[in-house]
Amino acid sequence: MSTLLELEHVTMQFGGVVAVNDLSLHVDDDEIIALIGPNGAGKTTAFNCITGVYEPTNGRISFEGRPIIVNHPSGRMRKMYGGSEADLFADDRVIDPTPDQITKLGIARTFQNIRLFRSMNVFDNVLTAMHIRAKANVFSSVFRLSWREERQMRRETEKLLREQGLWEHRDEKATSLPYGFQRRLEIARALATQPRLLLLDEPAAGMNPQETLELSAFIREIKERYGLTVLMIEHHMDLVMGISDRVYVLDFGSLIADGTPDEIQADQRVIDAYLGVSEDV
Amino acid sequence: MADFFHQNLSYFLSGISVGGQYALIAIGYTMVYGILRLINFAHGDVFMCAGLMMVYLSSSFPFFISIPLVLAMTVVLGFVIERVAYKPLRSAPRMSVMISAIGVSYLLQNAALYFTGGLAKVYPEIPVLSRSVQIGGAATRLVTLVTPFLTVILVVLLTLLIKHTKIGMAMRAVSRDFETSQLMGIRINKVISMTFMLGSLLAAVASFLYFTNYASVTPTSGSMPGLKAFVAAVFGGIGSIPGAVIGAFIIGICENIIKGGASIFGIPGSGWTTFSDAFTFAFLIVVLIVKPTGLFGEKSVDKV
Amino acid sequence: MDKEKRNHLIRLFVAIALVYGMVAVLEATLRPTSIVFTVLRKGAIYSLVAVSMNLLNGFTGLFSLGQAGFMLLGAYTYAILTMPTAVKESDRVYRYYDCIVHFDTGVIVGLIAAGLVAALFAFLIGLPVLRLKSDYLAIATLGFAEIIRAIFQWDVLGPLTNGANLLREFKDLSRITLPFSDIPFPPTLFVFIVVGICILLIVLLINSTYGRAFKAIRDDEIAAEAMGISLFRHKELSFVISSFFAGVSGALLAMFQYTVQAQQFRTVLTYELLLIVVIGGIGSISGSCIASFLYIALSEWWLRGLDMGRFLGIDAPDLFRSGFRRLVFSVIIMVIVLFFSRGIMGDKELSFERFKDGMKGMKARLARTKEVKG
Repeated sequence: MSTLLELEHVTMQFGGVVAVNDLSLHVDDDEIIALIGPNGAGKTTAFNCITGVYEPTNGRISFEGRPIIVNHPSGRMRKMYGGSEADLFADDRVIDPTPDQITKLGIARTFQNIRLFRSMNVFDNVLTAMHIRAKANVFSSVFRLSWREERQMRRETEKLLREQGLWEHRDEKATSLPYGFQRRLEIARALATQPRLLLLDEPAAGMNPQETLELSAFIREIKERYGLTVLMIEHHMDLVMGISDRVYVLDFGSLIADGTPDEIQADQRVIDAYLGVSEDV
Repeated sequence: MADFFHQNLSYFLSGISVGGQYALIAIGYTMVYGILRLINFAHGDVFMCAGLMMVYLSSSFPFFISIPLVLAMTVVLGFVIERVAYKPLRSAPRMSVMISAIGVSYLLQNAALYFTGGLAKVYPEIPVLSRSVQIGGAATRLVTLVTPFLTVILVVLLTLLIKHTKIGMAMRAVSRDFETSQLMGIRINKVISMTFMLGSLLAAVASFLYFTNYASVTPTSGSMPGLKAFVAAVFGGIGSIPGAVIGAFIIGICENIIKGGASIFGIPGSGWTTFSDAFTFAFLIVVLIVKPTGLFGEKSVDKV
Repeated sequence: MDKEKRNHLIRLFVAIALVYGMVAVLEATLRPTSIVFTVLRKGAIYSLVAVSMNLLNGFTGLFSLGQAGFMLLGAYTYAILTMPTAVKESDRVYRYYDCIVHFDTGVIVGLIAAGLVAALFAFLIGLPVLRLKSDYLAIATLGFAEIIRAIFQWDVLGPLTNGANLLREFKDLSRITLPFSDIPFPPTLFVFIVVGICILLIVLLINSTYGRAFKAIRDDEIAAEAMGISLFRHKELSFVISSFFAGVSGALLAMFQYTVQAQQFRTVLTYELLLIVVIGGIGSISGSCIASFLYIALSEWWLRGLDMGRFLGIDAPDLFRSGFRRLVFSVIIMVIVLFFSRGIMGDKELSFERFKDGMKGMKARLARTKEVKG
């Protein structure tokens, strides 16, 4: 098993606030990894660093063995830097890709608060995500010289929607779908970019226990079918403990534990982080 | 050197003076933007309307009545515009509000066009302001000297108002966080109205000073000063009052230096005046690219 | 393609052919000076620029206010290129300058060049300004249009632009001929054909994979980016294409007006266009077209009386004097902006199905009223 995604000493600092501090983790091929932690622990910030939404203040992120994001504190930030390992990457070339470049490398994501294309129907939401693979330039696209490619994109969209059980809803407006279907559509849309690594940001948010159960089967299924590796942020412990191979726990921006679900459940620091330590005892 | 200074003093003087006038307009932009995140495209036209009101009112009233009347009416105009054109769109997308602002600007210009019949109206000579004076050999009007001082006094008063009164505190709270201050029980509509009224008041003051210099008012005479004042507000860091004032002075001075290009740089040509307008916008684009937060603006991070 | 879609397309083509046929018939029968032609020509030209603005503001979600500037570039490019060399070398137009352009081109080359020059400027200005957020983008593009206007009036560029003076005697609408011949071509039909082709191209673009990427950016920039759509590349593409067509429409406007002067392309022109787009419905191509014709018909024709002292049989020279029409107009626009912000079409397109549904609805309502009365 080889390492697919690796974070080394990633730190994200906004002004004086260190949201993620010295986070190192790795995701291996074919794994399902969960990133958990109390609210405000920096989980989504970490996601945003991986996907290029934020430029991390310090650290290196590698995908398939190649560095894709590298930064080190410099200029004014160097003086106010509050994280660790400030000089570790000082000699590395800074790499700061935009989110679309990350997606093109094979990392797709969903969002905590669902972000579908509001004005489009279900079909077009997925079809739009196929644009990433369009080879036609704008001229051949306008003059329909690339109709074969367009037909191919539509076929693949159909296939994907059928597999996801969304085909019956193809003409409905994406935002008028029931909540569970919206989540599913968002995942389908991410799959349309043909990722190797799928990042799920709280996929079970707002779901009842029954739906959560279905979701874990669903995540396993798409993982097998599309040969994916999954990294997810989740609060539902049933889901996390049920399907993850390994779990990382963040608290106040720092990693406090990592290991198999069983190890994590027994870890005192994790329990303290979630339940809080009573100070006056 | 002394000769050069003598010849071109008038450009520097009018630069400072125009800068002060822009500053008074720019405060209206920057305060509204700070609170509503709206470019109030109609603000320049409110300023123009104040000029026209003065033209009409001064023909039937003495100055000690017409000046306060213009101030009051401009404040009412600002209040009405906000209530009619912006308040109903409070929860609409930002683009809609901006379109509404453009609509108001179009309406005010067309209304002015109708009432003036498209003719330039001669601005009355306000006795004290239009008196001629000699400074260092340059003939100018008293208004040129009065403007910077009046601007500074008004800005100090405004800053005191914002720092030390209850409504000022509410304004600062709202511009910091719209939603939260609403939850804290601040009457948001009152604060917004007040902001528009203050902005209009200052625009009216600016109109006395500006049109005394330019001597005539046309329906479009508000748009250029308005846009330039907006540029000043962006340059100073939108939302910041001292920023807007400093930005306005810098732009006023630069613009007049360019206007005097023929004599200052010794390059002849009649295009310097049109070019000074272009300069302002080129400057704007440069500022937006190099430092979009302006001199004193704060950076904001979008939440994903 | 399924049958329903094919039928829809056939009906659409028939309808468009009918419109063109009607224009041709009108042109063959009515007096050439009829006001109808003014409305048709100017309406068509405004349709094109409104649709191009809609491509940016409605479909890509970029609030740009540079349209007047790109139209100016197109108009000047066209006028300078198509003005016969003899005219350029005489002092009929370039009285104070020696024109530095010593060749002239045909109409089609002129129109395409007009678009290309506008597109080139859009490409250059887009590099910095498209990174800005919505309202800053608006003010930066507005500023750009003002800069262009100032530069074109600058006397140093006089040998090219004739300074602040008029350009005329270029190949305007009265000088359209069939290619390679001297047979005159009906001018209104010509405008309709050019505008029709351009709008067709825009529609094809919007319904292509690139168009979907534009819409994705409009709906949610962050999600679009996460789907691998490069924000900058696609914004730039939309901006350049939109400006190309704004340039072409500027050239058409020059042909229509017979003269070009930088003064005509003020910010207020952009404002008018924006309001047309809003009236038609942001995100609707057919809405922009309907609104353009409506706007031009109202302002050039039906509401003329408001300026002339007599309207709907009412004589009131004191009220109905110059400027009243535009005042009424701006009030109507404010009402639309405030109370009908979706405009005529919303973000839908005109179609027979909608028309039929509308008729059904009307019939049902009529039937109900009859029942009530009965």
